[in-house]
Amino acid sequence: METNNQRLLHTFAALADLGQEIANTSDFAEMLRSSFHLLLGSVAIRRGAVAQYDRQRDTLRIVTSRGLEAAPDANFAITRDHARELTSSDSSLSLQEAAAEAARFMEDHPALFTSGEIQLLLPLVVHERLIGVVLLGEKASGEAYSEEDLETLRALARHVAVGINSHHLLGEVKRKAEENQRLYEGLRKIYKETVHAFAAAIDIKDRYTQGHSVRVGKYSEVIARELGWSDDEVEGITIAGYLHDIGKLIVDLSVINSPERFSAKDSKEMSRHPSAGYEILAPISHPYADIPLMARYHHERMDGNGYPDGLKGDQIPPGAKIVTLADSFDAMTTDRPYRKKLPLADVLEDFRANTGTQFDPQVVCAFCRAFLGEIQGRKERRLLNLLNRNYDNVESVTPLLNRLLAEFDGGVMTASVNN
Amino acid sequence: MADLSQDASVQARCVGDAAIIYASDYLNKLSGERIERECKRQLESGRRALIINFRDTELVNSIGVSILVGVIDAAEQSTARLIFSDVNNHTAELFQMLGLTRHVSLASNEDEALSLVSEAQP
Repeated sequence: METNNQRLLHTFAALADLGQEIANTSDFAEMLRSSFHLLLGSVAIRRGAVAQYDRQRDTLRIVTSRGLEAAPDANFAITRDHARELTSSDSSLSLQEAAAEAARFMEDHPALFTSGEIQLLLPLVVHERLIGVVLLGEKASGEAYSEEDLETLRALARHVAVGINSHHLLGEVKRKAEENQRLYEGLRKIYKETVHAFAAAIDIKDRYTQGHSVRVGKYSEVIARELGWSDDEVEGITIAGYLHDIGKLIVDLSVINSPERFSAKDSKEMSRHPSAGYEILAPISHPYADIPLMARYHHERMDGNGYPDGLKGDQIPPGAKIVTLADSFDAMTTDRPYRKKLPLADVLEDFRANTGTQFDPQVVCAFCRAFLGEIQGRKERRLLNLLNRNYDNVESVTPLLNRLLAEFDGGVMTASVNN
Repeated sequence: MADLSQDASVQARCVGDAAIIYASDYLNKLSGERIERECKRQLESGRRALIINFRDTELVNSIGVSILVGVIDAAEQSTARLIFSDVNNHTAELFQMLGLTRHVSLASNEDEALSLVSEAQP
């Protein structure tokens, strides 16, 4: 075969192989090593190195080398002006200039190279930015480099430059994504802390129900988890529990702290709180879905006799149904100014009497399953830890829980209204 | 054949001071690096001559060339003789074009390679 054709074929094959090597994004060091091997092999060069440019530190650092004595990760200072010169000379660098650059480089760093060890220096440039340089030693043939060699090496070096640049860009994207994730986590933390502060503020206003909002959040969390909701949905319902009574902030303090059952007038004042809560929460961009709706509808009933909108059945968002039960459970299991807490058996009898009319059967059953699971030691003690402060012998309600499940156990309720 | 290679994927045998290493059908990064390791191992164990037999080799890519240049360097540093045998025409032309033949003798077969080794010995 004619030598020129042979050379062309060898170069084409090297370019094709180089494309494959550069696609290896999983191992940057190996990608570089293989790519540089290919470049050396295209003209059979005995030694050389690739140095990556660090524009923050104004240095070139050897990232792969072959046959050179210089330390594999040696650093070389380079002036900004020199870096600019190399950038602008990228595609126009003649053979003499590439040789002159190599000589200049060796003069600048005499301790690291023996005389004549580097014969050519090719800048690696992408989008008019210096990525690094390729340092090349003598050819195996012992002949001087030709213009043809230079063209071949330039073409291959461009691929290597793109490979390094792509890796750098991918690294930057990854770093940015990690930074965004950290910022997002930070914002979520701030949001949760703010919500906690709000919950505390709501509960402080009502001296008879201190800790109510936080407990409703925790009960809601347990029920939603039992219903198989995702972690994000469970977090959302917990927040909704914390905030469900936020509308009480605008209710007259004397009404909230009234030691007697509400009068008709007071009841009307109190019944404003779900809508008021919605008005407070709706303008906020919550990281979870439907939080304002859960506050608005936590006094709706399955039979349509609730407030503020008289929604019934599936018109009520699933989250609101959970908060409704959690809210009622906490109300019945804590002392109120006008009555003492109810025995647990009475609470469950209330559930039984009102399932289907006030409470969603699936929510009641999820609550009972979670409660039973904790009593039987199959689940982490969440409900029990909250209840044990106020109740002894919680285990005694096991038959009641089983009865409720036998009567009402149904399908699975999902977080979405439409599902 | 008494295979002396430590790498199961590289066949090698010794005749006197010479080690004969058999290249695979495609000399690329993977197979090339195995050959390079084996050559260096043979040099470290004191072999005075290396014969790389290319009887099965159809193709040598650029990485393969670069690796062979590395083997040339290693042999020269150990002042050992390096001979390529059974190289097909296409690959021989490639080695010629790239100047590898300046450092390596080509032999048409193993016997010729071995006689080149013995000729060179004092």
